[in-house]
Amino acid sequence: MTHDEIRKVHTTTWSGGPGCHGGCGVIAHIKNNRLIKIEGDPDHPMNRGRLCPRCLAMTQYVHHPERLTRPLKRAGKRGENKWQEISWDEAFDLIEEKFGSIRNDFGPESVVFSMGTGRDVGAWICMLAYAFGSPNVSFALSGNACYTPRITASEIVLGDYCIFDGGQWCAKGHDDPRYTVPECIVIWGYNIPASCPDNIFGHWAIDLMKKGSKLITIDPRLSWFASRSDKWLLIRPGTDGALAMGFLNIIIQEGLYDKDFGKKWTNAPHLIRKDTGKLLRESDLMPNGSSDNFAAWDVINKNIVIWGSHHAVYKTKVSEAALEGQFKIKLKDGKEINATTVWSEFCARAAEYPVEKVAEITWLKERDIIDAARLYAKSKPATIQWGLAIDSTPAITPTATAIAALWCITGNLGIPGGNVIARYAYNAVAYALPGAKGVIKRPSKEIDEKRIGYREYGLFREFIWRAQTDKVLEQIFSEDPYPVKGMWIQCCILIGGTGYDPARWIKALKKLDFTVVVDIFMTPTCQMADVVLPATTFLEKDSIRSWWVPLQTINKAMTVDECKSGIEINFELAKRFDPNFRWKTIYDLFDEILEPSGMTFKELQEKGWSIPPEGHPSAPYLRHEKGLLRQDGKPGFQKRSGKVELYSTLREEWGLEPMPCYEEPPFTPVSRPDLAEEYPLILSTSRRSPVYFLSEHRNIPWLREADPDPVLEIHPDTAKSMGVGQGEWVWVENWMGRCKLKAKVSPIVPRWMVMAAHGWWFPEKPGEEPSLYGMWESNINQLMLMGYNGKDGLGTITKHLLCKVYKVNGKG
Amino acid sequence: MSRKPEYGLLIDYEYCTGCYACQVACAQEYEWPAGMGGIRVIEIVEKLPNDKHYLKFMPIPTELCILCAGRTKEGKNPACVHHCMAACMKYGKIEELAKEINKPRMVLWAPKA
Ligand code: SF4
Ligand code: SF4
Ligand code: SF4
Repeated sequence: MTHDEIRKVHTTTWSGGPGCHGGCGVIAHIKNNRLIKIEGDPDHPMNRGRLCPRCLAMTQYVHHPERLTRPLKRAGKRGENKWQEISWDEAFDLIEEKFGSIRNDFGPESVVFSMGTGRDVGAWICMLAYAFGSPNVSFALSGNACYTPRITASEIVLGDYCIFDGGQWCAKGHDDPRYTVPECIVIWGYNIPASCPDNIFGHWAIDLMKKGSKLITIDPRLSWFASRSDKWLLIRPGTDGALAMGFLNIIIQEGLYDKDFGKKWTNAPHLIRKDTGKLLRESDLMPNGSSDNFAAWDVINKNIVIWGSHHAVYKTKVSEAALEGQFKIKLKDGKEINATTVWSEFCARAAEYPVEKVAEITWLKERDIIDAARLYAKSKPATIQWGLAIDSTPAITPTATAIAALWCITGNLGIPGGNVIARYAYNAVAYALPGAKGVIKRPSKEIDEKRIGYREYGLFREFIWRAQTDKVLEQIFSEDPYPVKGMWIQCCILIGGTGYDPARWIKALKKLDFTVVVDIFMTPTCQMADVVLPATTFLEKDSIRSWWVPLQTINKAMTVDECKSGIEINFELAKRFDPNFRWKTIYDLFDEILEPSGMTFKELQEKGWSIPPEGHPSAPYLRHEKGLLRQDGKPGFQKRSGKVELYSTLREEWGLEPMPCYEEPPFTPVSRPDLAEEYPLILSTSRRSPVYFLSEHRNIPWLREADPDPVLEIHPDTAKSMGVGQGEWVWVENWMGRCKLKAKVSPIVPRWMVMAAHGWWFPEKPGEEPSLYGMWESNINQLMLMGYNGKDGLGTITKHLLCKVYKVNGKG
Repeated sequence: MSRKPEYGLLIDYEYCTGCYACQVACAQEYEWPAGMGGIRVIEIVEKLPNDKHYLKFMPIPTELCILCAGRTKEGKNPACVHHCMAACMKYGKIEELAKEINKPRMVLWAPKA
């Protein structure tokens, strides 16, 4: 090859660059180690040639003059933006020494490893934390409220995570003969085209619309989908749980549910004791009975039958298990009690949400709720794609379990074009997401018990392998039960992006002895660091993408100065911290992760990508019937009871509400009319921009020109009543603080709500304090609160706070 | 009088999501500085009766669009068409494209090129 020939490198997007959860196939055109162009790969099953603006702007990103290119050591005070360039060896030595002495003096748990939204580096952050010996891997958002809550809720109901089937498991996508185009797609709290979340290419939903799918959109804002929906439900933020309960009630009342599925595959027939309100267990009935086995009533033989959870079958012959009714049951101690079925209780719970009540809570019209419920339940297949808005409320689990129950009771679980169980392709798992076990193992139980949030929350003990974020912040100040002394923050704009109440986070970071930040550009967060390490984009690294489908490699196309990839940095430090670290090279680790696929990194790299074949436990459809979900190969689900649990055994054990319900969020005009007097508008934030990934990309000219300012979407009537005109700067204020946004006067938001753009800081402004890249000017997180989570430690208040709005320089 | 245009861009704007891929794809292809390029995307919120609204995005070719003469000569699609996230753009002969207007909400552009 001559020196200036163009090399075309096929690779996969993930992380640094577009920033997204990725999976697109791209072709990078490289000349003299420079990216001159990037194109979507027409042969890739995910994007088929298409590509978003963030990825198309990669030339401006990779070769940005302000990229971090060498390790930096703090030369002034924290926040003074004074740095000294050091070599990688010096940086590694310094980190080893400083973190090492914290580990000696206070224990490994005193260093918290903080990440942004997962991506491939999530695995390598866990690897480093666990090699260091700390169980404290922390996602920086309040209530761990991004994806984790939905995954967890889905696991609680059916033992696996479910997503919208856009044909991604079929080689030919939604043109594949195995696939069925959904008759109806419910887009719930989601602006999918603007992001590609959950390993879904957002625009698949549009492909399906072209093929005839009808839409129901649930969104307080006129999104692109809302504008084109058969039914648009303009819901009051935070009341999705009530709507889901209302849907369940209508579907049950009108008999639109799948009775056979309910009987056969859910715990609907299991009995609940009337005296305790808890599940009747075999251990209640007989001396040697197991508390893992449950009971049902045989309507033909009029006797109790025992459901053996272990093998997911009835232990005795059953003619027909009752779905409904009241039964007199004799316990092992001779006591007689009344019992009823899970289904009866579930229906009774749903009946607490008649449509009039739901309309009142959600501010929707009764007619619209009924029409939407019928359209969803009568369409086959129908699918629900839920978004981040679902995670953004304290009662996330009761809400999300209600939604998951919808696709279960309507028989849309596991069918083509419905909601299907998503597993890591070939079960190649790098690290443990909720419920999963990966190659990178958590530390011993003894150490894990020290994880922040472990003591308080059952979910965090048994499902979620992260620290609870709000408790992390609390503990930095309280030092109880142990002090936090150091932090490793990687690919996470904690100050300026994820962190609510940034003033408090800054105080917390300043309190620490030693902090390392790894990122691609300088950020407000870097200003709080002692050492800053330069990371790479996806184009400058070898890595793997093992998340749902396809399984693929990320292939190094070029290098930039001294930047190192997340895996390279963390691997080197992990080797230093853990004398028993198992892998010699990163490729040994990749190979081990990929082992279940039968391919090595090299082999997969040659293939590019791979989708598991039908019949593999990580590929749909209807795996519960075929015995592909459970370890023992028996039909059923990966649950304690082997069934879809409409009544959760786990939540019962944790002392939490076992069935779905609605809880009013803490700061709404309904729960806090007193506050609403001074702050009359509902403040919602965190909607996606098509050109930005969260708080990134403001420094990329092609992207910034498309969305130049931090805007507040405000209805024309509301703006008029405040004397605010188009494009005028306004203060948005509540009891936490205020920030300055530019009014985008538009009827896409209702009169009673404003939508604030999030993640705004200004890379072009000075980095040193007090400016911190203008972070205090327009950062909506100054109005957000930490510590308002659900009873299980999940969820937050992103979508439904209160505020007032007034003109900058106007009267307050 | 200018010559009669032969090629154009057919947009099914019902499906244009306003993703800006076309705008940035063109900027990348021709290394336009921010603020310039062959196509611009605009947002229109249309007021309808009964307090209803329709959110529309429209990609509009500019004076700088050359209909990707180089790419199309090689048999490739224009950069914007190739990357359009909603696959709602088509390049071709104006006469052929006109025949493909078989549903409402479409527009056929004949840029200056
Ligand atoms: S945001 Fe979507 S289109 Fe862009 S690179 Fe990521 S997955 Fe691909
Ligand atoms: S056809 Fe080519 S030149 Fe014209 S807007 Fe599209 S990419 Fe730009
Ligand atoms: S790329 Fe396609 S969908 Fe995106 S703005 Fe342009 S025309 Fe619209």
